[in-house]
Amino acid sequence: MPIKTDAVGKEWPAVTYQVGREKIKEYAAALGLDNPVHFDVGAAREAGFRDVVAPPMFAVVYSGPALGPVLFDPEVEMNFAAMVHGGQVFEWGEPVCSGDEISTTPKCLSIEEKGGKGFYVFETVSVNQDGAEVVRGTWTNIVRGV
Amino acid sequence: MADFNAGDAVPELRVTPDKYLPHRYAGASGDFNPIHIDDEFAKMVGLPRNILHGLYSMGLVAKANAALAGGDPRALKKLSVQFRGMGMPEQEIVVSGTVKSVDGDRVVIDTVASQGETQIIKNAEAELEL
Repeated sequence: MPIKTDAVGKEWPAVTYQVGREKIKEYAAALGLDNPVHFDVGAAREAGFRDVVAPPMFAVVYSGPALGPVLFDPEVEMNFAAMVHGGQVFEWGEPVCSGDEISTTPKCLSIEEKGGKGFYVFETVSVNQDGAEVVRGTWTNIVRGV
Repeated sequence: MADFNAGDAVPELRVTPDKYLPHRYAGASGDFNPIHIDDEFAKMVGLPRNILHGLYSMGLVAKANAALAGGDPRALKKLSVQFRGMGMPEQEIVVSGTVKSVDGDRVVIDTVASQGETQIIKNAEAELEL
């Protein structure tokens, strides 16, 4: 059965995420980061940030949830049981600080079959409350045995 | 600031995630896929044990690269990775990198993350603004 490609080019509604200090701390601690700008508002302000600043990979916390509805969309029809995360790209813009409201819009860039595997590539574009782009993510999921 | 020249090795990051790290990372990231936090489930689907989140390992690659800028979260402009072998808790991860190119204040670092002989992240490319 050929792979279903109906969803290529489709965009889904934006999902918003409210960034908070404690969540940034929790994420930074899980990665073992020790720069006080991720933990202490005084240190963050001294370094020129509005508030406690997120580490770059905090992008998964605010942009990842936007992909939930995408992966369950029947037009995408992805076989989860055989899915692995094959590759990831993030390109960062404005730093993300506590108090920001981030809005993430997902889009399907491509669906292709190569060597019996399905390659599903999605893009997420995240902007802050001022409309400034904070991160652009490219997520490649590989499904074995399509 | 340190001088960067193409071909130079950058300082390694060595981390041994403890047994409960995948649980803390699941809580921090919101990814509760049972292959990361349930050893029995992981074995049932054919894995050797519960495995690390790929995005945790990518987080360590980001950390190793941000460390080249003193941990400044503004320095990392782009990070591109491919996930390969599975990462395991309770085994040391070594993140190592080589300077690929230098263009003014833009430095590109080729990075890999390994556990023993297994590369868990390969072809990682980090663009830093220093």
